[in-house]
Amino acid sequence: MTVLAVADHRRGALRDVSFELLTAGRELADAAGTDLHAAVVSGDTESFADDLNREGVDHVHAVEHGEEFNHDVYVQAVEALAEDLDAEFVLVPNSVNGLDYAPAVATRTGRTYVSDAIDLAHNDTLEVTREMYGSKVETTVEVADGPYVVSIRGAEWPAAEGVGDAEVSTFDVDVDEDAVGSTVNGFEEVGGGDVDIADANFLVSIGRGIEEEENLELIEALAETTGATLSSSRPIVDNGWLPKNRQVGQSGKQVTPDVYLAIGISGAVQHVAGMKGADTIIAINTDPNAPIYDIADYGIVGDLFDVVPALIEEFGGEPPSV
Amino acid sequence: MKVLVTVKEVAAVEDDFEISGTEIGSTYLDYDLNEWDDYAVEEGVQLAEAGDDVEVVAVTIGPERSEETIRMALAKGADRAVRVWDDAIEDVELLDVETKAQLLGAVVEEEDPDLVLSGVQANDDSFGATGVALAEELGFQWAAVVNDLDTETVLDEGVASVRRELEGGVEELTDVQLPAVLTIQTGINEPRYASLRGIRQAQSKEIAPKSLDDLGLDAGVVESSLDVTAMYEPETESDAEYIEGDAGEQAGQLADVLRDKGVVGE
Repeated sequence: MTVLAVADHRRGALRDVSFELLTAGRELADAAGTDLHAAVVSGDTESFADDLNREGVDHVHAVEHGEEFNHDVYVQAVEALAEDLDAEFVLVPNSVNGLDYAPAVATRTGRTYVSDAIDLAHNDTLEVTREMYGSKVETTVEVADGPYVVSIRGAEWPAAEGVGDAEVSTFDVDVDEDAVGSTVNGFEEVGGGDVDIADANFLVSIGRGIEEEENLELIEALAETTGATLSSSRPIVDNGWLPKNRQVGQSGKQVTPDVYLAIGISGAVQHVAGMKGADTIIAINTDPNAPIYDIADYGIVGDLFDVVPALIEEFGGEPPSV
Repeated sequence: MKVLVTVKEVAAVEDDFEISGTEIGSTYLDYDLNEWDDYAVEEGVQLAEAGDDVEVVAVTIGPERSEETIRMALAKGADRAVRVWDDAIEDVELLDVETKAQLLGAVVEEEDPDLVLSGVQANDDSFGATGVALAEELGFQWAAVVNDLDTETVLDEGVASVRRELEGGVEELTDVQLPAVLTIQTGINEPRYASLRGIRQAQSKEIAPKSLDDLGLDAGVVESSLDVTAMYEPETESDAEYIEGDAGEQAGQLADVLRDKGVVGE
């Protein structure tokens, strides 16, 4: 019985969550009294494998096959590795690519799948802590039957560091090319355009709390009066109210302004991933329990439709009537 | 061509709520169509509008109460619906991914669609796994987290040319052979509101109930390997300095903070 942690990489670089995965994997391996194996599939496997050889890792396996992620290749490689290593636990990141292959590995190999873990414990059974209802509650889920595939949320475990003394080896997988039914044709950066919100030192950012597209005028007036740059959380862009280049978060831009003023943004984990590096975070929200206050330096519990017009007036502006 | 859309009625929790045991009392829950599924339904309906003879079937796992939500999918343009439910399912607290894939898989095998559209995840339990597990269960191809689908190549060539929304503003351009399951990301389209006419028409559209027996499955299928042993509100880690007072006072102090940080002039 072993723990197998499968790294994530894209366009020539390992993603940070890969090293967090090693920490989670080491903890689980200690609890279960077993070894931690790390694996990397495709890409520059030689340098990736070297980089994954961090403290606490017992073995690193490199599967050479193509450059970029392909889920059909990953499913076959991880299936073969898990079987060869007798892996009781397969750990993957709860990333977009994790979502694209981990459930299939679980289904194909008859493993129980649990996603988006924020904490793990193992006594006789596996206990996974995960959120429900949009982060409003946390649950402990006991997972009766192993073996398991578990995906872990990014930024919940610290990254593994140092240089380990893992045994690094290549692992040959005879990939069945006929079973590869999807073709990756390329990548495209999106969200270019007139403004780069990553360059701004003061961002006024708006979320679902604005309720209607017409009300955006209010936030635009605030940005104009204060000389701030306007950004937003995902729902505003999904609704087509602002272009994609204004979106802060996991699938949008990462920003590190001096001041980030979050208005009507609840602070879902995907959003926080994009703005937690701001020097000063100020939140205005009607819900005193909104998770945005967990990372805010200043909090205003109140109605944006009252506070924002008053703030515009403070700086000598004329609030629009919305 | 036949498009099957998986939909789920999900519960949203009000701002103030109480947990009893490992559940939230039903008085604090509001039921609605899962946000991601709303986009999946819209994508299916747009395919039907663009193509000749495209049938859109909504399928759900849910109790009788969920028919109200499913009817919203019908009102927006799905042709008919299948609702899987059984006393044996009612007894399960948290269905695992395998069970959901098997239940939906049995419906897919009956319906034999070319394309299955599924939301990336559900607002309530956020597993984000059903679509891909379903594809693997069926031997279909798949793509997860799709935020663009080329209508023409799906209808004319049997290939789903999609964009997968990766992290950090990068999209992956991928071709997937049909039959396939695509998990649909929010923002892929603009879900319509149901028209009055649509709502009226939906009243006469079929929602076919299916029990485990109807699907040729036995009760063992729904045994969950997941047991929720605790539910609690996350500890608040806030060390924010709260600005009190009425809106005018709050705005005044906030203005001072902004001046102090040097991001706004006098």
